[in-house]
Amino acid sequence: MAKASFGRRALLALLVSASSLSLARAADPIRIGSVVSATGPTAFLGDPEARTLKIYVEELNKKGGLLGRPVELVLYDDGGDANKARTFATRLVEDDHVVAVAGGTSTGSTLAMAPVFEEAKIPFVSFAGAIEIVEPVRPYVFKTPHTDKTACQKIFSDMKARGLQKVALISGADGFGKSMRAQCLKVAGDYGITIVADETYASADTDMVPQLTKIRGVMGVQAVLNPGFGQGPAIVTRNYAQLGIALPLYQSHGVASKSFIDLAGPAAEGVRLPAPALLVAGKLADSDPQKPVAAAYKASYEAATGQPVSTFGGYGFDGIQLVTEAIRRANSTDGEKIRDALEATKNYVGVTGVYTMTPTDHLGLSPDSFRMLRIEKGDWVIDSAK
Amino acid sequence: MAELLQLAFSGLSVGAIYALIALGFALVYNASDVINFAQGDFVMIGGMGAVFLLAAGFSLPVAIALAVVAAVLVGLLLHRLAIEPARGASPVTLIMITIGASIFIKGVAQIVFDKQFHSLPSFSGDKPIVIGGATLLPQSLWVFGGVALVLVLLWAFIEKTLVGKALLAVSANRLAARLVGINVTAILALAFGLSAAIGALAGALVTPIALTRFDVGGLFTLKGFAAAMVGGMGSPLGAVVGGLLIGLLESFSAGLISSTYKDAVAFLAIVLVLSLRPRGLLGRASVERV
Repeated sequence: MAKASFGRRALLALLVSASSLSLARAADPIRIGSVVSATGPTAFLGDPEARTLKIYVEELNKKGGLLGRPVELVLYDDGGDANKARTFATRLVEDDHVVAVAGGTSTGSTLAMAPVFEEAKIPFVSFAGAIEIVEPVRPYVFKTPHTDKTACQKIFSDMKARGLQKVALISGADGFGKSMRAQCLKVAGDYGITIVADETYASADTDMVPQLTKIRGVMGVQAVLNPGFGQGPAIVTRNYAQLGIALPLYQSHGVASKSFIDLAGPAAEGVRLPAPALLVAGKLADSDPQKPVAAAYKASYEAATGQPVSTFGGYGFDGIQLVTEAIRRANSTDGEKIRDALEATKNYVGVTGVYTMTPTDHLGLSPDSFRMLRIEKGDWVIDSAK
Repeated sequence: MAELLQLAFSGLSVGAIYALIALGFALVYNASDVINFAQGDFVMIGGMGAVFLLAAGFSLPVAIALAVVAAVLVGLLLHRLAIEPARGASPVTLIMITIGASIFIKGVAQIVFDKQFHSLPSFSGDKPIVIGGATLLPQSLWVFGGVALVLVLLWAFIEKTLVGKALLAVSANRLAARLVGINVTAILALAFGLSAAIGALAGALVTPIALTRFDVGGLFTLKGFAAAMVGGMGSPLGAVVGGLLIGLLESFSAGLISSTYKDAVAFLAIVLVLSLRPRGLLGRASVERV
């Protein structure tokens, strides 16, 4: 009997301490979770994202936090492994009790994590590219980067304006290149464009001269488009110059960073690509609503890290900003209310573009949010032809 | 015609890169029957090291020389800390150790260097040389030169010097080699150090064309390994033949058949060669003397 009453007392003590713990939690910081690939093969995307999140949360807390409470960032590194991402997603839900998540560097990691957050009803803003993330719409999943489809549309409308109709594709055989190639093939017809050559290269290839030689031999090619990211497009651009091909060369938003110009060197002169406004923050017209936002992010990122901003960090900035804005508007840390607020995002001016979400559009960017850039004397120039 | 010539140039340029890496395999294999899967990471150290030293203000030749020295140190450390403690183990175990070392080197390189792609300036400009309507980069000539130089030195070292003979003796029979007074540990350390130097030199020569990042080593290892297998593991001339052959196969299948299947064509050729000549095109037949 004595034993039993001891047991009951212990249970009571446990209950009391548990309830005082949950009381304490009310005054605790608001926890926002994130899983990015700060290391591994996609580290060049994930590393600027991780840095951006840390800088942003630190600045937010200096300004008094959110809803009068400090914000705590729970950040995990999946090393580019989708399985790990899923494990961390479960940890964010079950152990860390985060109220919302901004993360997911690659499409693979994002799609692995999405079901976890869907089930837990925790809003999740992804930084990854593919359109599959928001099509079909999952109630709790949003994303910030442009899709490859909008990139194709932007490029093709530019080609159309220049009277280029016969286009050769040379795509990377990685996830990004494959997905963008498929989207471009799908929308090419809408702009009266025919794809006359369709070549690929493995993402680790060191020489694309054979593919380009083949393209050069195709009759009537007017322009070449290279969907891809990483070092591949830089090598394609160099080989293009080596072969002396005079046709216009278009790259994708996948290489929209200063390092592409550095890697491709003088060969990059005249290359055109669609990119978010962030890349040309200083060159935007003063009337452009994105100018102050992009300039401020650029300044704080470059001051804190000593490295040039990349559009990838910008996706992270917009992601965390959308989440904190939604929490502020919802005036609550309830998952469902944050989700509703996210979906009601209207004319939010981010560094990537101006977002207006709807129940059927969890991205909220139009092709107009891309700027067509041209590389001139080793720097970006906004291409005037709309 | 110009088109075929262009494909040939492209294949030879890429093949020379594979050949340089395959040459690096030869020394360690000759000394220990071990295929050093960290060989590609020496290539990375050579490339990344030269990039960062150049950025630190050294001139290009000095940066490359220092990067090669750094790679040699890593090679010696790899031998001293990972291979030597397991000296009694079978070649298979040692090969696994080199795979582990490769992962470790990549991890450290992420911290010591960074996670971005980098390039080196071409040694003698970017202006392509036009021959018969096809173009060749001057840097490819440097790679060809590097292949020739390493090939000759390696051949002379293995066939003509006493230390080289000692290396072969260690590979043939370690116990007998020790009995005749060969310092086996020193020979193995030498093999690792020299192959690291070859790898790093390859890295510096190749980076202006192929670019470099902390994790490029894995891919270089694979292609170089394939080249070495096709040519005959351990044979320096075989490494060069194998490398050029794979480069040409890739280039012609991408240019004439389909770029999607070019790797498949190359690997099919490897399977074919190995099933007909299991020791590779120029591999030594293994002779057991009793």
